[in-house]
Amino acid sequence: MTAALRFDPIRLPPECEQLRKEVRAFLAEEIAAGTFDPHKPNREDTDAPEFSRRVGAKGWLGMTWPKKYGGQERSFLERYVVTEEMRVANAPTRRFFVADRQSGPVLLKYAPEHIKMEILPRICRGEICFAIGMSEPNSGSDLFAAKTRATKTDGGYLINGTKIWTSSAHIADYMIAIFRTSPPTKENRRHGLTQFLVRMKQPGIKVNPIGQITGQYEFNEVVFTDHFIPDDHVLGEVDGAWKQATSELAYERSGPERFLETYYVLTELVRAVGNNPDTRSAEGIGRLVAQLHTMRRMSVSVAGMLQAGKEPVVEASIVKDIGTVWEQQLPHRVRDLAAFVEETATNRETLERQLDFAIKTAPKLTIQGGTTEVLRGIIARGLGLR
Amino acid sequence: MAESDNIVVETAEKIFADLADPQTINNDKKGAWKTPLWQALSDAGLPLSWVPDDLGGSGASLADGFALLNAAGRFAVAVPLAETMLAGWLLAQAKIASPDGEMTVVPASPKDRITLDADGSLSGRARGVPFAKAAKHFAVLAHGAGGVSIALVDAAKARIEAGLNVGYDHSDTVTLDKVQPITIKPAPKGFDQTTLMLMGGVARSLQIAGALESMLDISVRYSNERVAFEKKISKFQAVQHNLARLAGESAAALAAATSAADAVANARAFDDEVYLEAASAKIRCAEAAEKGGGIAHQVHGAIGFTMEHILHRYSLRALAWRDDFGSESHWAVELGKLVAGRGADELWPLVASR
Ligand SMILES: Cc1cc2nc3c(=O)[nH]c(=O)nc-3n(C[C@H](O)[C@H](O)[C@H](O)COP(=O)(O)OP(=O)(O)OC[C@H]3O[C@@H](n4cnc5c(N)ncnc54)[C@H](O)[C@@H]3O)c2cc1C
Repeated sequence: MTAALRFDPIRLPPECEQLRKEVRAFLAEEIAAGTFDPHKPNREDTDAPEFSRRVGAKGWLGMTWPKKYGGQERSFLERYVVTEEMRVANAPTRRFFVADRQSGPVLLKYAPEHIKMEILPRICRGEICFAIGMSEPNSGSDLFAAKTRATKTDGGYLINGTKIWTSSAHIADYMIAIFRTSPPTKENRRHGLTQFLVRMKQPGIKVNPIGQITGQYEFNEVVFTDHFIPDDHVLGEVDGAWKQATSELAYERSGPERFLETYYVLTELVRAVGNNPDTRSAEGIGRLVAQLHTMRRMSVSVAGMLQAGKEPVVEASIVKDIGTVWEQQLPHRVRDLAAFVEETATNRETLERQLDFAIKTAPKLTIQGGTTEVLRGIIARGLGLR
Repeated sequence: MAESDNIVVETAEKIFADLADPQTINNDKKGAWKTPLWQALSDAGLPLSWVPDDLGGSGASLADGFALLNAAGRFAVAVPLAETMLAGWLLAQAKIASPDGEMTVVPASPKDRITLDADGSLSGRARGVPFAKAAKHFAVLAHGAGGVSIALVDAAKARIEAGLNVGYDHSDTVTLDKVQPITIKPAPKGFDQTTLMLMGGVARSLQIAGALESMLDISVRYSNERVAFEKKISKFQAVQHNLARLAGESAAALAAATSAADAVANARAFDDEVYLEAASAKIRCAEAAEKGGGIAHQVHGAIGFTMEHILHRYSLRALAWRDDFGSESHWAVELGKLVAGRGADELWPLVASR
């Protein structure tokens, strides 16, 4: 067999069911208290610092991390349940999500002990927000074309250059970024990049918001001018970020956030269609639910692999590819199916408002976190084609 | 092929490798391969995997039987293995012992009905019954005044109009006209035609997933051999991306089918959650057969369109299997009704229950 792709039918263990109930109860309270409107898409410019702290207080941030850093030493599958429930409820997760999913695990792996002790517990308490500084104006898919320089100086580095598309940089306390510490070598064009922990609210960093076609501000241009970073903020190996960055992306690929971003329009469609759908609506809904269910089973399966300590790079890429294409098409399919919904359906307005937003959001879904083309390249490599 | 540590699957894979090699079968236009293959499968007790010992079977678990069907799909096996397994399973629901030899289940479409008359005879028509022509007995699910019954019927008593599905396998119309069954017993409580269709659908899903695994396998291999413009075609990015999509469809089919099999094997009842699993698997695997099979053909170019090449054994069969035990359109409508009936706020809890 060329590629023994396996997606074992992992079932979520009983502790997940208990946890799911707790998360739902918590979200219901938050909704009742007016923290957010579950019928409004998770607008990415919604910042909810107090909500973030309350989620932290529940012990739902850094759940899988060691207790000494404020974590709970719970399983990936438990974390999975929390993420799902937050997404489906349209909870405002922007402030803590990147740190919880991605930045925290990077620090755990590569940061010196005193920095872990300083920062990780604060992530767990929901106090701080992270951004990811990978892309640059001429370096997106081709990560290794990054040019922003980190020049060695006394006790640290001076940073000069520009990062772009940096989500949440305007509210972030920290950024994990890659900078060029030396030129690429002939043998390895990926050589020469280093990962750094950046403290955002410091001199030499300017954050310029960039508007998006949804009408929101979510990502930014971040300009560094002689910004100083101390030596102990180097994460991992100098010049060796290419090895680190790829494993970081594995966390970013297969979670429920990679197929649930436009999920809300499906719920509203079911509501609009009512209990006795015509055949056309029923078939459309049935197919979408079958596709959703299948993707989720694949995604849970990958979470099970992560839990078992495996590195399911190809499987995760497959889930992201199929998942993002699906969530991108979903608003358009829902629009098709909603064409004949009664004008008087009670939630028609909500559905239309949601569709309007989802349709505007859709184009980015197959770009953020690695484009479809790049993912398919990774899958092709896994199949032994490259 | 994915190696298995499951003894039932290992046995089957060995038999398939020896006696069901797709290229050998493809070259043998007279069908001489069928008898030895069926004999070996029967000797190993595989067709009656799902029949308990005391009813004449080999009493394998549901899970092992499902894994066996997935392996059969990887070889695109064209003898009534899945059908006999399903028939034996259906009979066992009513504690009816299975006879030797090929069987199939009637009906094989959710739209057809067989009725049990007051005089104890069976009547009705069932279309698209796989391998009816090859079967010695039918396991029949019938509706009577007293509810649902399960019967063992001598195939010679039925009128059979032969047909072929798009995969060139028998898919026949079976008419029962006041046929007296060999044995008939009431179905267990809660067991109905939908249960049979869901079970058949899961079997077909596993076969489709297996066929897709093989299509991926041979397509990748072919792309690494075929040279065009002085390069292996596997080096073209467009071809790589097509194969990546095929891998995705294959993976989705396998995930959906194995998840549904696991759900059925561990189910206490065919409740909404098992329904979601089984119906989703049939829908998603059928979609994967269409999309994935299309790519496998594209990668193979004209050679894959020939009868000589083995690709069609997988691709056409996977397409044909979509139609049995309810097409994806059928299940999509039913699943959509179920979801709508439960209401919008119950959709996520249903999905998350699995
Ligand atoms: C909403 C959103 C949020 C984002 N947030 C962040 C963030 O927080 N931090 C961050 O660092 N980045 C972020 N990004 C950037 C994102 O990671 C990049 O947009 C992405 O990696 C693609 O890079 P690019 O935009 O430069 O496109 P390009 O790399 O220029 O690609 C343009 C097109 O060419 C294709 N292409 C490029 N190379 C190849 C190739 N080798 N083979 C085939 N096709 C190719 C691409 O697939 C794409 O279709 C975000 C992007 C979006 C849309």
